[in-house]
This record gives sequence, structure tokens and C-alpha cells, in this order.
Amino acid sequence: MIKVDFNIDKVRKDFPILSREIYKRPLVYFDNAATNQKPVQVLNRMDLYYENQNSNIHRGVHFLSQEATSAYEEARETIKTFINAHSRSEVVFTKGTTDAINLVAHSLGRKLLKAGDEILITFMEHHSNIVPWQMVCETTGAYLKVCNITEKGEIDIEDFKTKLSRKTRIVALNHVSNTLGTINPVKEIIKITHDAGALVLIDGAQAVAHLQVDVQDLDCDFYCFSGHKIYAPMGTGVLYGKEDILDKMPPYQGGGEMIAMVSFEKTTYNELPFKFEAGTPNVGGALGLEAAIKYVNGFGLATLAGYEDDLLKYGTEKLLQIEGLRIYGESALKTGVISFNLNKVHSYDAGTLIDKFGIAVRTGHLCTQPLVGFFGVPGFIRASFAMYNTKQEIDKLVEAVIKTREMLL
Amino acid sequence: MKTTIEEIEQQIAGEFENFEDWLEKYNYIIEMGKDLPLINEKFKTKQNLISGCQSSVWLHADYKDGLVFFSADSDAVITKGIVNMLIRVLSGQTPEDIISSQLTFIDEVGLKEHLSPTRSNGLVSMIKQMKFYALAFQTKYGA
Repeated sequence: MIKVDFNIDKVRKDFPILSREIYKRPLVYFDNAATNQKPVQVLNRMDLYYENQNSNIHRGVHFLSQEATSAYEEARETIKTFINAHSRSEVVFTKGTTDAINLVAHSLGRKLLKAGDEILITFMEHHSNIVPWQMVCETTGAYLKVCNITEKGEIDIEDFKTKLSRKTRIVALNHVSNTLGTINPVKEIIKITHDAGALVLIDGAQAVAHLQVDVQDLDCDFYCFSGHKIYAPMGTGVLYGKEDILDKMPPYQGGGEMIAMVSFEKTTYNELPFKFEAGTPNVGGALGLEAAIKYVNGFGLATLAGYEDDLLKYGTEKLLQIEGLRIYGESALKTGVISFNLNKVHSYDAGTLIDKFGIAVRTGHLCTQPLVGFFGVPGFIRASFAMYNTKQEIDKLVEAVIKTREMLL
Repeated sequence: MKTTIEEIEQQIAGEFENFEDWLEKYNYIIEMGKDLPLINEKFKTKQNLISGCQSSVWLHADYKDGLVFFSADSDAVITKGIVNMLIRVLSGQTPEDIISSQLTFIDEVGLKEHLSPTRSNGLVSMIKQMKFYALAFQTKYGA
């Protein structure tokens, strides 16, 4: 249900970039699954930091350093509440989802994983939830197993249960697929995995801007997300990890901030979460992320999800009316992501022409090359929605796709 | 007298001059892309494949009487249209001329975006490969 106070015209005014013209047409931005645009509230918060508060944190006794440190730690508190983590120690700032997954993979690789162990992922993972695990398998001798998906673009739960074994140490999967939009039944998978004695990492990059995430309710061991996919700046992100698990894990990178005592004979590490935050962090970015979360909370994620679901339904219906158009990802539970192809049309050709209409869509393998192979296509055309998109914009896309089809066939 | 690379480039630029908007321009490129295959099927091998993230190109080269002859294909029709133009410009030229060609016509007809390295459609690698073939023939036959 959409709350009365969700005024789309007002929302659009918060995003300065939406007033741009591309090829003399008003920009239609449908590449939100790659990164979404930033509201002025986020931009102002970062300006304020660099204009008034910029200082290195956690190490200065001077006024500005104290102020910046407090602001940074308050941002951590906001994130803790946003995902309902148990404590602030469980919220580690990272550069993004990729960085967070690499942290977990490499840290576990140093201690938990050994030859013969298994890591289980799914066929619909983004490359950033495939490659770090492959790298760890190479160094430890562990094996990577891959759970199948169905034609509709859902996880094959029976196959998952078959591939989950006593050798499985960690299961890593996305909450929402960046290519298919499928909302995966992560709670159920976490339960099954825990019963088998393994850990679960959830790649939440595509989920946080569209679903209310409660890490305690999910009971996941790790949850990763990027700031730039929830209206916050690039280069920000979060790793949530259960405190007792993070505590046992060795640091991933060494440097300042993450130490307690350093001597040339031995270094002891700082407590959580600082143990995993080597070097000067992206303080301005973290404050931007906090501002983005507050902005989203101002509407409520349920309101945004309802609005975007409306766009998804409208877009799906309209696009399917185009002859020869196929949508990939037909789950009943989806976020606002529509990946499609036109019969006999190469996605690169379609993307090139759709761009000329001032519409930003993504084309190609979308960082999910296994899915390209699964569906036997050269790539996909993907339109992905955010809170500021409208049905009128979808009409423009449909018009552009029809024209594109005429030109290419 | 053989037509030089620059002359063919000028011809192509001339063909694009009269187009009023991008629609006409791309219709023309698409028509060129829909032309007959530019490569013998037997040369569409894995060895001749230049894979991009977005589209792929097959390129084959022959050397005859001091000149390099190219044939190529792409899985995407717009890429193929541009491939068609590159072949028109570079095929049947001497290795030296191919190596030193600037291919400014691409910029002139407003298709530079297709040669951006991030575009990853196989075209940038294709031009590199064309020049590499020319260099290899030059070294091998001392042309």
C-alpha cells in the first residue's frame, strides 16, 4: 500500500540528476540495479562533512577529530538499527559488497577452510559472489559447488538440499538476483544450512533498497551490501557478521586503525569491528550512507517496495505485449528488475538504440555470465526501477523498444 | 591508382553527411550490418574470435601481392555494420598503410562511442588485431 505522503513529483525533485537531458530528451534512468541516483539530502550531508567536520577519526584528541569520530560511530548505529543487528560491533564498514564478500572469503580461507571442504553457491550469483570463493578454493583446496536454478529463475531447493553436505562449510547466495530480480527464500535456506552445520553469507546488494532486512530474524551469519545501491555514495558498504563468528576470524587487511599494540615482534589486534577496518575509512561516504538510510526510512521501505512493485507489474505487462519479447526471471516474488530480449535481436544492438532515446538500460551479461549460458543468449537488456521512476517513463521505454525492434528486424 | 585509406574514409564520411538524425544514421549502419556475410563460414573459428563483453567479432586476414585482405563478422548487427566500414577502409591496402592509418572517419561520422574501451564490443581489439596482422605480414614477407 502506498502512503499518502509519497509524492512522486516531490521525490523526483530531490534527485538533481533527473533534470538532465540526454540527446535532447529528458533522462530516463532505468539502470538502478547497477547504481541508483543520489538525493540532495545525501549530497548535502557529504558537503557538510567536508566543509565543516573533515578530520581523521579514532586517533585525535582534538575537537574536530572527536566530532568526526562521533558522527562516524553514529552512522554505524543508524546502520545497526536499519538492519536490526544485535550490536554495533557487528557492523563493519567496507568499500562495498564485493569488498565485504572478499573480507569474509579471505578471512575464513585463512582459518576455517581446508582441503576437501565445500563452498556452496547458486547459479544466479553475481561474479562478486563467485570469484572470491574460487580464489579461496585455489589457496585452500576447498571445492566450489553450484546449486541449480529453474527456468523461471528460482533456486532449485531440492538440488540445494542435495548439494548441501557434511563437507559444506559456507553457503553464499544473493538475497535478490541482480539479473532476474528474484527474491530468494533466504530465511528457509539459512535454516536448512544451519541444520547442516554450515555458515551462510547473504549478498544483499540488490535487496537493501527494496526490502526491509532484519539480520536477526533471517539468522544469517553474514550480510553484505553496498551504499551506492541504496541512494548513497560509491565506495561505501557494510559487512554484518554475528559477533561470536567475527571475533574468531583473523583480520583480512593490516594497517592503522585495526591494531591494539604494534611492535616488531608481535602485533595485537583491535576489538570488533575495528579489527576489520584497516586504514583511514571513507568517513564522508559513511555519513552519506547514513543520510541515505534516513531518507529511505522517511518513506518506509514498505512504501517504496509497494510503489516499485506497481512499476514492475506495469512494466512487465506492457513489455510482454511486444511481439517476440521474452522476460528472464518469472518468479512471483521479484523486485523491480526486468531483464528481457527481443527475438533475434542482439542485446548490444538493442541497448545501443534504446540509449539514443535518452533511456539508460543495462545490456550484456550483467556480471552473471553463468546465467547468459543458462538461458543460451548473448546477453540481456535490463530495466531496473527505483523510487523516482514513473509509469510515464516505462511508456517511453516501451515505445523505444518497439521502435528498436522495427529498426533491427 | 588504388584508392587510399584516406580517400575511402572521406567517401564514408560523405555518405553520412546527409543524414538528418541518429535514426537515419543507424538505419544505414544496420543496413550495412545486414549485408551478406563478410567472412567465409570456415574462418569463423574460435581462433579468429575476438570476444567482447557485449558483442563478438570474427576476423580473418590474407596476404596477396603485397596487400592485406580482411574478412570479418559479428554477432551484433550494429557492430557488424561498423566492421563492414572498417573492412572497406583497410582491406586491400598495404601493410604500411594499414599500420599507419588513423581511422579518423569513425570520429567524423559520430561513432567514436563504439570504440571506447569500456564499450567492450570487440571493435577496439579488432582494429588492434588488423594492425597486428599487417605488421606480421610485413615482417614475414618484408613488404
